[in-house]
Amino acid sequence: MKGCTSSEPAPVLRGTEVTTKILVAGHLSAGKTTLIGSVSQIRPVTTEETMTSAGADVDRTDLPGKTKTTVAMDFGRLHLNDNLVLYLFGAPGQPRFFPILQDLAHGALGVLLLADTRRLDDTYPILELIEDLGLPYAVAINRFDGAPEPTADRLREVMRLEATTPVVTCDARDRSSCRDALIALITHLLTLTPEPSR
Amino acid sequence: MTSAGHGGDPLVRTYVVTGGRATASRNTFDFVTLVALSPYSPQPGRAQLNHEQNAILDLLARSAQSVAELGALLNLPICVVRILLADLMETGHITTAGRIHEAAEAPDRTLLEAVLEGLHKL
Repeated sequence: MKGCTSSEPAPVLRGTEVTTKILVAGHLSAGKTTLIGSVSQIRPVTTEETMTSAGADVDRTDLPGKTKTTVAMDFGRLHLNDNLVLYLFGAPGQPRFFPILQDLAHGALGVLLLADTRRLDDTYPILELIEDLGLPYAVAINRFDGAPEPTADRLREVMRLEATTPVVTCDARDRSSCRDALIALITHLLTLTPEPSR
Repeated sequence: MTSAGHGGDPLVRTYVVTGGRATASRNTFDFVTLVALSPYSPQPGRAQLNHEQNAILDLLARSAQSVAELGALLNLPICVVRILLADLMETGHITTAGRIHEAAEAPDRTLLEAVLEGLHKL
């Protein structure tokens, strides 16, 4: 199966598939959209959500005097089998968008936090947001040319991560590398999920 | 609440409908809830529908879509899409046959294992 760069179109949705989602978080230019594009079977698209108290200014007439914040979220779609579709959403990382992030995170499997070792300071607030959401996560270091390459243990220490939190390195432009990062996340989620007892 | 039977300016209708229910349909229409045309034949009439609702039905005539994709394709915020969909559900135009994993609980192993297997096969 190929990414969205392939000439092969994404399978058409029937409407009866099971859908699930993973959030891809990270600071600006950490590579979220690149990663989503690498694994998605559709060209990443952008959806918007507005933050308003009453949701009243939706008539798109843009009347003066109305204030609204529009948050754009890139996302992609990946058909994992005939009946299972995974959506990857680029999560808005600004703390003021937390309500939208909460909404987006509702029901998500987990978060892949994409980080750039040259800008770890920018990653900490996002890490905080993810922890506030209560979603499990894995850290993927997006490899940039010339960026420091600390060991996973060193990163865990610096970022004050739990010993069990996966830290992997990836290249957001490379499909199999992004896939492996997602596999690390899901494998981690399985270790957090008890064996069925019902 | 429904504004069926209230013709007139589609912008006003959207505004009115949306103003009343900014968050009510969250559980029905997640970002990844799949929406499809209802199997009723013939489809209910469209006379009472506004421009955006008609656009949604036109898209769904081609294939089912997720709420997020409808928002992206129509350039509408998700909160608006949700409310338009809630109305289309009430009027019998659409259905949400697919299901999203129940969100309140931790994801179950079966789902995670299926995701894992799917990723390995890529």
